[in-house]
Amino acid sequence: MLVVTFGTASVVGAQGPFDTRPSHIDPQKLDSWVAIAADGKVTAYTGKAELGQGMFTAQTQLVAEELSVPVSSVTLVQCDTSVCPDQGTTSGSQSTPTNFNERNLAQAAATAREALATMAATRLGVSRDQLAIDGGAISIKGNDSRRVTYGELLAGKAFNLHIDPQAKRKPAGEWKVLGQPVPRLDMAAMIAGEFEFIHNVRVPGMLHGVVVRPPAPGATLTGIDESSIAGMSGIVKVVTRKNFVGVVAEKPWQARQAAAKLKVSWTQGTGLPSPRDFYDYLRKQPSRDAFIVNSKDVDEKLAKAAAVIKATYLHPYQMHGSMGTSCAVADVQGNKATVWSPTQSAYPTRSGVAMLLGLQPDSVRVVFVRGAGCYGINGADTVSYDAALLSQAVGKPVRVQLSRQDEMAWENYGFPYVIDQRVGIDGDGTIIVWDHEAWFASMGGRPGTSTPGNVVTGMLAGFSPAPFAPRAASDPTGRFNNGSNAAPSYVVGRVGTTAGGAGVVASERVLTHTSASPFFTGPLRSPSRLQNTFAHECVIDEVAARVKADPVAYRLRHVSDPRLKQVISEAARVAHWEARPSPKPGARRTGVVSGRGVACVVYEGDNGYVAIVAEVDVNTASGKVIAGRLFVAQDCGPVSNPDGMRNQLEGGALQGLSRALAEEVTWDDQKVTSIDWRTYHSMTLGDEMPAVESVLIDRHDVEATGAGETAITVVAAAVGNAIFDATGVRIRQVPFTSERVKAALAAR
Amino acid sequence: MSSITLTVNRQRHTVDVDPTTPLLYVLSDDLGLRGPKFGCGLGQCGACTVLSGGRAIRSCVTPASAVAGAEITTLEGLGTVDRPHPIQKAFVQEEAAQCGFCLSGVILTAKALLDQNPKASDAEVRQAMSTVLCRCFTHVRMLRAIKRYRQEV
Repeated sequence: MLVVTFGTASVVGAQGPFDTRPSHIDPQKLDSWVAIAADGKVTAYTGKAELGQGMFTAQTQLVAEELSVPVSSVTLVQCDTSVCPDQGTTSGSQSTPTNFNERNLAQAAATAREALATMAATRLGVSRDQLAIDGGAISIKGNDSRRVTYGELLAGKAFNLHIDPQAKRKPAGEWKVLGQPVPRLDMAAMIAGEFEFIHNVRVPGMLHGVVVRPPAPGATLTGIDESSIAGMSGIVKVVTRKNFVGVVAEKPWQARQAAAKLKVSWTQGTGLPSPRDFYDYLRKQPSRDAFIVNSKDVDEKLAKAAAVIKATYLHPYQMHGSMGTSCAVADVQGNKATVWSPTQSAYPTRSGVAMLLGLQPDSVRVVFVRGAGCYGINGADTVSYDAALLSQAVGKPVRVQLSRQDEMAWENYGFPYVIDQRVGIDGDGTIIVWDHEAWFASMGGRPGTSTPGNVVTGMLAGFSPAPFAPRAASDPTGRFNNGSNAAPSYVVGRVGTTAGGAGVVASERVLTHTSASPFFTGPLRSPSRLQNTFAHECVIDEVAARVKADPVAYRLRHVSDPRLKQVISEAARVAHWEARPSPKPGARRTGVVSGRGVACVVYEGDNGYVAIVAEVDVNTASGKVIAGRLFVAQDCGPVSNPDGMRNQLEGGALQGLSRALAEEVTWDDQKVTSIDWRTYHSMTLGDEMPAVESVLIDRHDVEATGAGETAITVVAAAVGNAIFDATGVRIRQVPFTSERVKAALAAR
Repeated sequence: MSSITLTVNRQRHTVDVDPTTPLLYVLSDDLGLRGPKFGCGLGQCGACTVLSGGRAIRSCVTPASAVAGAEITTLEGLGTVDRPHPIQKAFVQEEAAQCGFCLSGVILTAKALLDQNPKASDAEVRQAMSTVLCRCFTHVRMLRAIKRYRQEV
């Protein structure tokens, strides 16, 4: 008998990008990605998941395109660790770059097509270049009667081939399916209420668990009085594991009632920094520091500049705030476990569950089933751990769905930021030096393969979050890495001898300080990129206003990247941008005033280009800001599905608006106080929402980039700039709530 | 426990549950329906919305016993993939969803309003939708779909 196991040490050693690790599904083998049945039906396997972003449909189009079959012939299987290759985590706007450029799913489908063509050439007795491929069949060009189908060629057998990196991809100019606005394949079922979400998964014999979280961060378990729920019907077991507590019952309402009634004693929490002066607190914490760029002449240039514009920008903790609370089902039987999970990280979750349960990763199967939209990381991983722990304790399948409060009080929030900007200009009003210094706080994050303590359940069960160690900054090495958009688009981005930035300013210093967060944090759609871009794109507006320059023209003057220039120009064009400095001349100080603002970014330095123009109305009496129209121009390389991309762009823009105007996590001296939709404010379907006009620059001569996080990155800055244009008042703190805007207007 | 008879999507069901059990739990767990969803359990987001006698109610905060005898319609009770209700068809035509978790709240709240007041103004639509969330912010498409349905009815 051959037993194959992976020890933890070798697992860690073998980690690749995005926490990938080897599985029994060999990504080098074609059969790991594509299977064709005797009836010609195609099954494709992917490690990138549908999260509501349209990836299921786009990947299906990709396979259909490369194989020249109709979309309806392809069944896509996502993120089941028993059959799908390990592609790490679906995150970071990386699914398109990963699967649509020159490797992985795309290359597998191209390899399959060419392998079938080779077989057909032999079968038909002609050379490859005499063949025409269409509709899952291969024929001799100009002679349709000499034809053989994929099903006939393979006769139900596997390919037994390796992925061929030389297999020719279809050029975008020949696309028939990819690049088309194919309707979402899941849309009709969702709208009919027939679609199976994780929340609908039911397993025979399944019980229901509800977790009992501590009352405050740092509180530890001191006792449980099980007699407090004695006599309640359906109770199966009260489960504890260090500070993890849960109740399992036969029915979900029984479990929920019992969890509410169960007397659990905890120590007091360890206390929280005062929300009143939290941003000052952030600046003073021990930190891990890094220079992104440092031209070493910044202090000298700032001293010599004709003027220096200084400003500080503040951004709060914000939530993913999934529409559905997170849910998972686990079935742990002896040393085997199956977890049905909405995780973005099937394989890493497999490892995390294995660590929690004391099993081998290969004994755990994670089956991805869609949850509610997660926008980075919601409670999907943590609730998968909850279900696994409870199932192991009772030896039966257990379903857990978090309460709204448990989802919100313990999720991994988006980072809070304090950003100081100092921008020096010469006598002509041209920027000659840019100095950016940022402080933010972080704890935990994605668990990856080895850190279940990065989310709350793992920590409660005894695992620590990734350790934090202060460290002094050293000079950047390697190549310019602007993955967090810590450097603005206007600097040259020089590291060593090469400049990788999108701009022209040569004197540049970008220093970041990461400190320990009192709350769990994690990637929230455009993590750090949004916060940094808010500060960059507002301060350049402040500089433009100082030198009385038009904000669009002033940006173009400091940008060198032609693709960034193009999206700025396109957004301005469709918005009928009137070239003039801000603020708007002759603005009234009463009533409702209107203005417009622009912002742009090269997302992550190399993962998509976007510019936005926002038009807003500001009610000077109430402080209420309403965005009337948003104009977005975006270049993400070749577009797989233009309607899907627009849907992402529109959603990103409006989610960005809600984050800019409304969203902020609050807390008191002990605990988070944003625990539901009354205490965490999201814009609703009833709020006045802007029309979103989008321009997609569909470029075929470059690689595809991500497109899920571009638009959201620039909204807060554009809205802040538009408020300034309308009122002459600069608001440097997100969110721009009515109260904050009103106070700023009163102070002018 | 007590026996409660509910009429859901034109079918009668008798369930034996704790009478305080929220309707949502009965629909999801006892009847296995997929349309209404647990979003907050507090009646704040809309994901659990069903129609009761044509009115949009929040099934997560409505005890099952309170709607015994009423005609309950869930999202899947409106139409099917092959034969969608006109409002579902409008949403499909506008591709008006991303993750899809909020759809019961969005579609059924709009339907209840427009069935009662087919000429509802934009402001009245906004008023009705002001307690409904979509965290993917598919607002533009959803409001377009609602207006498309309004034109058709």
